[in-house]
Amino acid sequence: MTLNISHLSVHHGAIRAINSLSLAIPTGALAAVIGSNGAGKTSLLRAISGLNKASHGKISWMGESILGDKPEMLVRKGISHVSEGKSVIPELTVKENLELGAIWRRDKKEMIETLGSVVSIFPRLGERLAQRADTLSGGERQMLAIGRSLMSKPKLLLLDEPSLGLAPLVVEQIFQTIRDLTTSMRLTVVLVEQNAMGALRIADLGIVLNLGKVVAVDHAQALIDDPAVRAAYLGY
Amino acid sequence: MHKLKPRAHFTLFLIFGFLLFLAGNRVDELRVYQGASIAVFVIAISSLILLTGYSGQVSLGHGALMAIGAYSATLARNEFQIPIILTFFVAVLATAVGGALLGAAAARLSGPYLAGTTLALAIGLPSLANQFSILGGEQGLIFDVGFPPLGLGEDFTQYKWFFWIAALAALISTWLLSNILSSRYGRNWRAGRSNEAAAQICGINTGRSKILAFTISAGIAGLAGALLSMTIGTVSPSAFPLALSFALLTGAVLSGVSTLSGVMIGAVVLVAIPEIADVVAHRIGSSENITTNLPGFIVSALLIVTVLFVPNGPVEQHRARAAKKAAKKRL
Amino acid sequence: MQLLNTILIGITAGSIYSLMAIAFVLVWRSTRVINFAQAGMALLSTYFGYEAVTRIGSFWLALPIAMLGGAIFSALVEVILMRVLVKHSSSGPIAAVAPIIATLGLLGLIRSVIAMIWGGQDLRIPPPVSNNGFTVNGEVLVFSPLKLLILITTFILMVLLTILFQRTNLGLSLRASAYAPEIARLSGIRVDLIRTLGWALAGAAGAVAGVFQTVNGNGNFSPDSIEFSLLLVSGFIAAVIGGLDSLLGAVIGGLFLGVVISFVLIYLSGGLFFIAPFVVLLLVLFIRPQGIIGEKVGRRA
Repeated sequence: MTLNISHLSVHHGAIRAINSLSLAIPTGALAAVIGSNGAGKTSLLRAISGLNKASHGKISWMGESILGDKPEMLVRKGISHVSEGKSVIPELTVKENLELGAIWRRDKKEMIETLGSVVSIFPRLGERLAQRADTLSGGERQMLAIGRSLMSKPKLLLLDEPSLGLAPLVVEQIFQTIRDLTTSMRLTVVLVEQNAMGALRIADLGIVLNLGKVVAVDHAQALIDDPAVRAAYLGY
Repeated sequence: MHKLKPRAHFTLFLIFGFLLFLAGNRVDELRVYQGASIAVFVIAISSLILLTGYSGQVSLGHGALMAIGAYSATLARNEFQIPIILTFFVAVLATAVGGALLGAAAARLSGPYLAGTTLALAIGLPSLANQFSILGGEQGLIFDVGFPPLGLGEDFTQYKWFFWIAALAALISTWLLSNILSSRYGRNWRAGRSNEAAAQICGINTGRSKILAFTISAGIAGLAGALLSMTIGTVSPSAFPLALSFALLTGAVLSGVSTLSGVMIGAVVLVAIPEIADVVAHRIGSSENITTNLPGFIVSALLIVTVLFVPNGPVEQHRARAAKKAAKKRL
Repeated sequence: MQLLNTILIGITAGSIYSLMAIAFVLVWRSTRVINFAQAGMALLSTYFGYEAVTRIGSFWLALPIAMLGGAIFSALVEVILMRVLVKHSSSGPIAAVAPIIATLGLLGLIRSVIAMIWGGQDLRIPPPVSNNGFTVNGEVLVFSPLKLLILITTFILMVLLTILFQRTNLGLSLRASAYAPEIARLSGIRVDLIRTLGWALAGAAGAVAGVFQTVNGNGNFSPDSIEFSLLLVSGFIAAVIGGLDSLLGAVIGGLFLGVVISFVLIYLSGGLFFIAPFVVLLLVLFIRPQGIIGEKVGRRA
């Protein structure tokens, strides 16, 4: 069972953001998607999660086609998208932000249990449950965003540039957490990143996008070792 | 891209005026009276086109501004016996002053806040007439412009006289407004409306520009108000209800709020609807309730449909479509 | 004594304005549009209430029926009109104000349909309890059982709304959908449904405002009655004064407006009744543009 994308095209008005893209990601893999600005990385995630409409192509998850499904429905199928920027709601408290993730389940008991387990993954959030989300630091907000998505007990996690705007030490922590979660919760993760090195280091699979197409797919380590990739994206 | 109009041709207006004069001689009293109403609406709607279409400030209170014009003209006439033509100038000036004050208050507001404020004014202002006895209370005051000059002949009716005055005023004010709109001021207003920050960077004092728009728009509305009172012979709070402000806005949207070219469309529709509704209602043979309220229903429905599907008005819509076709041909 | 009377009249009227303001705020938060037609819906709900009272004979049943009618109608309007509006989002000079104008058109439409169905004459909803003032120490207050009823009902409704918003999952969904619709969708919330629900709540609140506004006056109402124009304007102004973004602000704004107008009426002059809301609005917008509760964001809607 995998995430299967076939000949996907996405247009923003007249601009083609994704150009007949095909991709397959195996279950349980952490796939890092790298590429320069405008390569289509964010558009790809938004097409998978249903925020943007695809003009052409197929997307299937666990053998079921999810093309054209609304985002709120995909959450129920186990797909959770943490969008770009600190995707928390500043006016709500930390606890409320977390509860949002599980709200669709309507099971109060289960929500409390899941909250407990998320808090044990991110103890810092546990200390700040009653605080408004806009009082958190950048790194804490990112943890909150990921924590909220974990509350929905996803099987597929789509992360859009979680390291954006964070201090290097915090980025380290976030990446390590993502790696640990992928393994311990048996998640499939699509990690879109500008920080190509950091992402590839924790990933199983590496995917390079350019101009809306896949230009390279390989084991993450192979891409790190590839001189062309190194020159273009890893800076050495 | 909006094509800038060259200075409006004076001759065009002269020709149109002459045509109106001819038409006025050939139709019956009812049509002449409606003609005067259309002229009044043309003036009032044009004031909204300036304020909302060009300067981007929405006003639900132009009925109240018309009231100011009407009352000041009437008071000037009744208390000071000044000649009729001067009363109209008084109306324009007084309302312009009011507009300047309102504009100063409104400069910081936008969108719904401005709409709500002018709405509150529309409801509140006419009722002030009950507060001050000089304003005549609920019955109002009489505004009598006198009989047509004898030199025009014995057949010249009162309503024809009203039509002449109103039509002349409409021609003059529309010509003037058209020139103002194609001037630097008009460009400033449009710039401020599209992107206020960018306009300021270009050196336009948007605050002053907005107040100027309000002042001129109010003055024009005041003229329309005075003319309205002329045609009905009195001025009273009930002549300027909230429904009038809504009707003006509707007329502006129907005309195409961003351009003066369609202003007659809105005015004619507003005057024609009660009649059309009457005919329709009688055809269907409906009850009195329906007959009385069908005009209002049609106007409201028209407003919704127009603002949703033809938001820039039929003239602009047509222009845009023609431009698209031309662009396609060029490819 | 006159002071007490003034205040009591003011908070009674003010609580009705608060309810109308709550309707405006609920719609604003969920759809970012000022729906002037909410007052028209309040009027329509009052007619529903009137039908219920005349046929069933019980005010206590009529009120919930009016609320239900208002909620359903409001939800219908959201589904039909607002979805159409979003699809036809225009560019050009009128884009920013097109929704406002559309809701104004809707207001006129509702009013004329009401007049077509029920006619333009005054109808009456008799007050359920007496409007004769209580006697305290031999003096008759303006405060009456009716006014007490209005205050208590309004208070209960606001407590219920607060509980809904702050302590339930539904309320959390409502707030999240208002603050950040995209994040809400990604969290599995059916934002479209929630938005319709927000409108339904607004319709119900407006219905209570409409019925009380009628009953607090002399019980007469008609499509053109000045009371409803006042409700429209005062409800809107109360919402603006309160900062437009919070329900608490709507309540405070409404009470503030009611009390101020009451003082103007009784201590200055009755004739200033209609112009007072305008003046209050201007003053508040000058002194504190973000409203009494609002956060300091620019006054661009």
